[in-house]
Amino acid sequence: MTAAAPIRAKRVLPGFSLSLGTTLLYVALIILIPVIALILKGAQIGPSQFWSIVTSPRTLSALRVTVTAAALATLFNAFYGLLMAWVLTRYDFPGKRILDALMDVPFALPTAVAGISLTALYSANGWFGAPLSGTGVEIVYTLAGVTLAMAFTSTPFVVRAIQPVLEDLDPTLEQAAMTLGARPFAIFRRVVLPAILPAWLAGSTVAFARSLGEFGAVVFIAGNLPFKTEIAALLAYIRLEEYDYQGAAAIALVLLGFALILLILSNWLQFRAARHLEARP
Amino acid sequence: MITSKLRLAALALLLGSTPALAQDKILNVSYDIARELFEALNPEFQTHWKDKTGREVSIDQSHGGSSKQARAILEGLPADVVTFNQETDIDVLAKNGMVAENWREALPNGASPYYSMPAFLVREGNPKGIKDWSDLARDDVQPIFPNPKTSGNARYTYLAAYAYALQENGGDHDKAQEFVGKIFANVPVFDTGGRAATQTFAERSMGDVLVTFEAETRGIAKQYADQGFEAVTPSTSLFAAFPVAVVTENAEKNGSLEISTEYLNWLYSPEAQETLAEHNYRTTDPDVTAKHAADFPEVKLLTVDDVFGGWDKVQAEHLAEGGILDKVFVNR
Repeated sequence: MTAAAPIRAKRVLPGFSLSLGTTLLYVALIILIPVIALILKGAQIGPSQFWSIVTSPRTLSALRVTVTAAALATLFNAFYGLLMAWVLTRYDFPGKRILDALMDVPFALPTAVAGISLTALYSANGWFGAPLSGTGVEIVYTLAGVTLAMAFTSTPFVVRAIQPVLEDLDPTLEQAAMTLGARPFAIFRRVVLPAILPAWLAGSTVAFARSLGEFGAVVFIAGNLPFKTEIAALLAYIRLEEYDYQGAAAIALVLLGFALILLILSNWLQFRAARHLEARP
Repeated sequence: MITSKLRLAALALLLGSTPALAQDKILNVSYDIARELFEALNPEFQTHWKDKTGREVSIDQSHGGSSKQARAILEGLPADVVTFNQETDIDVLAKNGMVAENWREALPNGASPYYSMPAFLVREGNPKGIKDWSDLARDDVQPIFPNPKTSGNARYTYLAAYAYALQENGGDHDKAQEFVGKIFANVPVFDTGGRAATQTFAERSMGDVLVTFEAETRGIAKQYADQGFEAVTPSTSLFAAFPVAVVTENAEKNGSLEISTEYLNWLYSPEAQETLAEHNYRTTDPDVTAKHAADFPEVKLLTVDDVFGGWDKVQAEHLAEGGILDKVFVNR
């Protein structure tokens, strides 16, 4: 009688405790400790002063500009990112691989370089800016410019989130719906959308969070006018230039809070979507 | 066998080389736009040091906004010497005990081997006829300068305009504030640094006049020779020190005190001053200054001490959050 084969498959990486320990150590060192330091810095000033920094007209205006532009950029990317992912997964055409690779350029490009290039292109004497400003449309040094820079740097998040889901989605489901007489929009709404919605939401949320914190690209194209195009990240930077670490921490904490709420919301939506999918017959 | 040999070699390398390296290597932490200047100065100093001591020296450069650089030093950037464009940024280091409290007295001319002042750069033929600060407050003139909150260069612009207005209005601070407010209201874009403002002016063709250090205006005019920019020196401006200091705490630790001190002293030597004049900075050596007199128009220079009662007061009344600069800047 030979011994029974081990039931549990052998893991490729060493044991659970070592893997988890390494992971936690990494998370603590790279993510948690800097965030805790930031919170402690913010906590030093006490709630009332924190509140007065955060609700000062200048901070509020900077936050409004940041959130508005990030929201617009995210809406833009949600639509455009879905379209890009669709084109990249559903069609074959020459240069597809190049287009696919191009999607990651915003990740690789230093954001300041992106900002300077966009400013050069869209400024009143740039390739796109010159014809646009002839029609009275100003991009550079306006909210539109801030939005453009944010949209540029966060595009890949949406595309790369939806792409694998679309690739896994079985086209026969759509064909089946078609044979049952569903019209294209109904197929999209009832078959495709439920499958990609969690990934779409997740990608868009991360893109939003990324846009909130974007600095390098935005400062070049924003014009940085207080109460007009000054973003929160720049205001935090200005506070640092004044050696006002706590003021900077307070503003950074608000941005961090926004991002955390968004991420939690997105996870909750995804959780609900997943449950909804499972519950379907 | 091999490993133990390797380990010995590594140990020898560590023990043998560290003290020698420490003596013959310094890190000069400097402001953003001094990159080319020190790239020209450093080889000359290396020759000077070799002639004097027979030793080689390597000089590392680090450039960035000078407040950012000061913060980096506070947080551990091992600078041996600082060459800044803001006295306040050295004061911050002094307050933290990294630079001697009396650093201004350590070297001639308030520890500023060279100096400059805010001046103007206008488009070819000076179409708007910009001659002085009062022209910047005109409704039809758009000045370009960076954000004074993130750029030391623009802080000088703000102070120089303010000082000019005080002088014109018999010391009336309300009128000065109003005057500076008008100038700020005409600025279409606030970049975060001097180089970005230059790009906005030269490459994006925004604005009528770029306000920056005189040394920069001439450099930009040369660099964009095809655009025919003209440097304009206003009647009055503010003395802008380019202060230098040994970061004693680091230099002592690195064993580089001697070479750091020599490096800064050497900046006052005729050969260094000649290079500085070639880079359009005003010099302190009388012979070099006389030789280049034709390049630098006469200007009435006010100082921060005389007009504002020193940098501490400027910091508290003007530059601190909610100070006069914030009022002018935010109510533009």
